Amino acid sequence: MKRLSRIKLGWGILPIVIFLVVWEIVARLNLAPGQFLFPPFSVVVVEFYHLTANGVLGDSFLSSLSRVLIGFCTGSLAGIGMGVLMGWKEIANKALNPIFSLLYPIPALGWLPLLMLWLGVNEALPITIIFICSFFPVLYNTITGVKNVDQGYVKTARALGASDRRILTTVVIPLALPNIFTGLRLEAGMAWRVIIAAEMVAIPTGIGALMMKAESLIRIDIIIVCLIVLAVMCLSFEKFFAYMEERLTRQWR
Amino acid sequence: MPSIEFRNICQYICNDVNLMVTDKELLVLLGHNGAGKTTLLNIVAGFIDYRGSVLLDGVPIDKIPANKRGIGYVSQNLDLFPHLTVADNVGYGLRASKQHTEPEVADRVNELLDMVRITHLAARYPRSLSGGEKQRVALARAIAPSPRVLLLDEPLSGLDTQTSKYLRVELRRIQHKLGITTMYVTHDLNEAEEVADRIAVIDKGRIEQVGRPEEVFFYPASRMVSDFVGTPNILDCAYCHNLGNGIVEVDCGGLPIIVPHDGNLVKRIALFPRDIYISDAPPPGPGVNRFVGRITSIKDTREGVRLEVKAGDNRLIAEVPHHIFEDMDLAVGKKVHLIMKLRRIRVYEDKNL
Repeated sequence: MKRLSRIKLGWGILPIVIFLVVWEIVARLNLAPGQFLFPPFSVVVVEFYHLTANGVLGDSFLSSLSRVLIGFCTGSLAGIGMGVLMGWKEIANKALNPIFSLLYPIPALGWLPLLMLWLGVNEALPITIIFICSFFPVLYNTITGVKNVDQGYVKTARALGASDRRILTTVVIPLALPNIFTGLRLEAGMAWRVIIAAEMVAIPTGIGALMMKAESLIRIDIIIVCLIVLAVMCLSFEKFFAYMEERLTRQWR
Repeated sequence: MPSIEFRNICQYICNDVNLMVTDKELLVLLGHNGAGKTTLLNIVAGFIDYRGSVLLDGVPIDKIPANKRGIGYVSQNLDLFPHLTVADNVGYGLRASKQHTEPEVADRVNELLDMVRITHLAARYPRSLSGGEKQRVALARAIAPSPRVLLLDEPLSGLDTQTSKYLRVELRRIQHKLGITTMYVTHDLNEAEEVADRIAVIDKGRIEQVGRPEEVFFYPASRMVSDFVGTPNILDCAYCHNLGNGIVEVDCGGLPIIVPHDGNLVKRIALFPRDIYISDAPPPGPGVNRFVGRITSIKDTREGVRLEVKAGDNRLIAEVPHHIFEDMDLAVGKKVHLIMKLRRIRVYEDKNL
């Protein structure tokens, strides 16, 4: 069994290894046009080591990570809370849905100019952007999840003597979890994409800002290091929530 | 256990329903889909608004919310919580009441799982259970908080015939053991006859007849009830001559018919139209339960051709499949031979004699 999973893992990594080897060869043999714009993979690895050793990458990464974590956690929690309320109480849905329907289509980065003027350029700015970016999709997935819970379960729980609150916490929210996790999974990666864009445009620190600085110095290797870090983080966040969803709902789904 | 009383209940489909379910009784609500059976259960459970009054043991419960009525409810879909194990499903109502400690809940859950004979399934999730097992879990869950009355909405509808038959017996056993007043909804006459103390036939939101199963069958109060039970030929029996070995000869409108009995006086017999065989030539075999009649009318229906045949003083309805009718050259006024199958004749005996 273990051997089988090792083989499967090997097959997953093989295309990446081939890709890196081809990249190295193409760059080393100057096969690509504008060769100084295309450093070999080994140069990128060395630069990764330098950036890690001198702490530049670590600082930028931690800046971006803390913004994503704070913005994503608060945005998701607010989205789940509001989504449960709107999915469970029709009156709340009727009152708030028209407002959220208007705000939802605005891309998270669209808020940037307004927030720069309202909040100024400080830590609150990227965190608020991530909050907005996380809030809406989690909100709508949660509403869908709560509304989709079969009313038969609710009726049965009520007949068994459960209060509304108990029904909500022991039946409705657990059954809405798959939908809630879909929202979280999609937005966990999106939060990274948005923070990089925000840092590139408006914030002087973080991975996005490091990329912009590298661009002005024509340091392609640093840009690629940043992109790899970004790709790994997007993937890790998405996989984390996929894992959590699997763990929490696998037994009964 | 309390009685359930409906007083002048009106609700969308239901039209001035008055009904009494007595203490410890299992009353079956029998009717077609959309007749209002489930609506009556929902009214007792407090799931829907209505006009009129529902009384449990003489006390109106109309103002009491559903979660405080103390009702055990099993829906048609069973609605087992998919995210909880069998044991947690059964313990749900006990935990919701907040009147039991965890060890008490565990003891009661074990007791109930044992009662419905699924102790070995305690740690399983509903998705891995068979239809029959799910039904048992739903029943155990409904009776776990010791409800005042039990409402079962077509609980066996999703099961195969064999499992359904077996579980009817089980259900009856448990209901007797607990002595819990129960309302049971079904549209299946056989199911109703097997489980019911009394049957209430309901149509278009009105109670058409309430009575013991044999009363509903042999003394249908209306055309609707008669049609619902299969429009049987019902014949009054004038005398009853015991032939021994569990059979008697009765006289029904001049026809000497041999029927099975339980030792009591046979008052009426019933035979479905499809169980009277028609032949245009004298049938072979002994002359028992074979008669001659004359066709008085012919009616084509979806199930088959229905012939009204005058035999003795009786007008009997017999049903012939379309293809056989076409082969037989039958017409109004024509003489035919009737064969009544002994095993298919149902008898109503006067048990007071």
